[in-house]
Amino acid sequence: MIVGSVFDVGTFISELLRTYPFFIKAAIITIQLTAASVFIGTGIGIIFALLKLSPMRVFRVIANTYITIIRGTPLIVQIFALFYGFSQIIMLSAFWSAALALAVHNSAYIAEIFRGAIQSIDKGQAEAGRSLGMSEGLTMRRIIMPQAMRRAVPPLGNQFIIGLKDSSLAAFVAVDELFRTAQGIAAGTYNTMETYIIVAVYYLLLVLVFTVIVNEVEKRMAKSEK
Amino acid sequence: MKEMIRVEKLNKSFGDLHVLKDIDLTVNESDVLCLIGASGSGKSTLLRCLNFLEIKDDGIVVFEGDQIEPKTHNLNEVRQKVGMVFQHFNLFPHKTVLENVTEAPLMVKKTDKATAEKEGKALLDKVGLGDKYDVYPSKLSGGQKQRVAIARALAMKPDIMLFDEPTSALDPELVGEVLETMKDLAKEGMTMIIVTHEMGFAKEVADYTIYMHDGRIVERGSSKELFDNPKEERTKEFLSKVL
Repeated sequence: MIVGSVFDVGTFISELLRTYPFFIKAAIITIQLTAASVFIGTGIGIIFALLKLSPMRVFRVIANTYITIIRGTPLIVQIFALFYGFSQIIMLSAFWSAALALAVHNSAYIAEIFRGAIQSIDKGQAEAGRSLGMSEGLTMRRIIMPQAMRRAVPPLGNQFIIGLKDSSLAAFVAVDELFRTAQGIAAGTYNTMETYIIVAVYYLLLVLVFTVIVNEVEKRMAKSEK
Repeated sequence: MKEMIRVEKLNKSFGDLHVLKDIDLTVNESDVLCLIGASGSGKSTLLRCLNFLEIKDDGIVVFEGDQIEPKTHNLNEVRQKVGMVFQHFNLFPHKTVLENVTEAPLMVKKTDKATAEKEGKALLDKVGLGDKYDVYPSKLSGGQKQRVAIARALAMKPDIMLFDEPTSALDPELVGEVLETMKDLAKEGMTMIIVTHEMGFAKEVADYTIYMHDGRIVERGSSKELFDNPKEERTKEFLSKVL
């Protein structure tokens, strides 16, 4: 039995115009959440990439275990574990427990991106550095990493887009980001389809803006090499 | 004559493959030595053992009077005095030509920037690349790349230079410019060990030549003697194929 229409263009437009102040506020929180998780996640990711490439077995085992556990468990479980579990011990706001969970989750994938990028740099580069008397650490920092960073940009951009969309799961620990805002509006107005399409548009816009930024970074990096 | 580098009973294996067998070798200051032999004869591995990019299994390596052991010596310090030029140049693609040359002096020797750049530019002028300071390596020809690589190694003011098939990856018309640069270096009295397939160059420039086969030194002698009057059957056979 069909009760009324599922989607109404008129409602969509009027809701779009009515709700934008709420969504813009929520979009800012989504951006903050994504930025924090991507920033921290990249830091953790680089550390685990280097551990994974370490000549010391124990470091490699630690890195592999971490990556296996984080990649092998759902993000929502990690968010709940951090919010309802850890925040009993350390006071963490909903925002920061979600940001940290997202950061940890992303870091496992980012670690693999950096490991791949570092390993893709020709072995001769490290040999050239070492043959000039540079230490292993200096060679990594000055010769390998700058080149690996460039190669990591496209897959990192991809991972950041995934991270942006995954931040919607923070809604379930009551962070007032885009998706939770949409839930609240939909529950209040019963304009379910229209509201969720509106929030989808916001996500899509953010992803598009971000894609343009990544492409620009890629272009600049390519230029500096020529 | 002052001894620069000495190797005794050097052995190296990769897994089951015994690549270097009981190598003995002495190089004195200002010597130019060429290592020749077929691919897989162990010449490159021997060269790489001399700056510890490969670590010997047993035997000794004495550099400027010190017996160098990876466990007791800081290899980074030893390598500062041993320049190396690679077959595939291995220039740093994210750095300009001048930055390639100044990187190690700045970062390893902590030379101040003005001095490092002045010396770097002088070296680039010397190898004929005075107009390429700010160019990235991707814009250079193979011969130019290899000359930058030579300048980069010289920037650390090494006591000896190792060349691992420096012209093997070059188009034939570009080989000459690199060999000229190396010849100039030899004339200045640089101690050099060169793995090469350029027999004409070896005969003309090298004081001594060593022929290697299957991980062993088969014959050694002054270059003139080895090329004009080889004693070992295997050396004769090899030279008849390549000359």
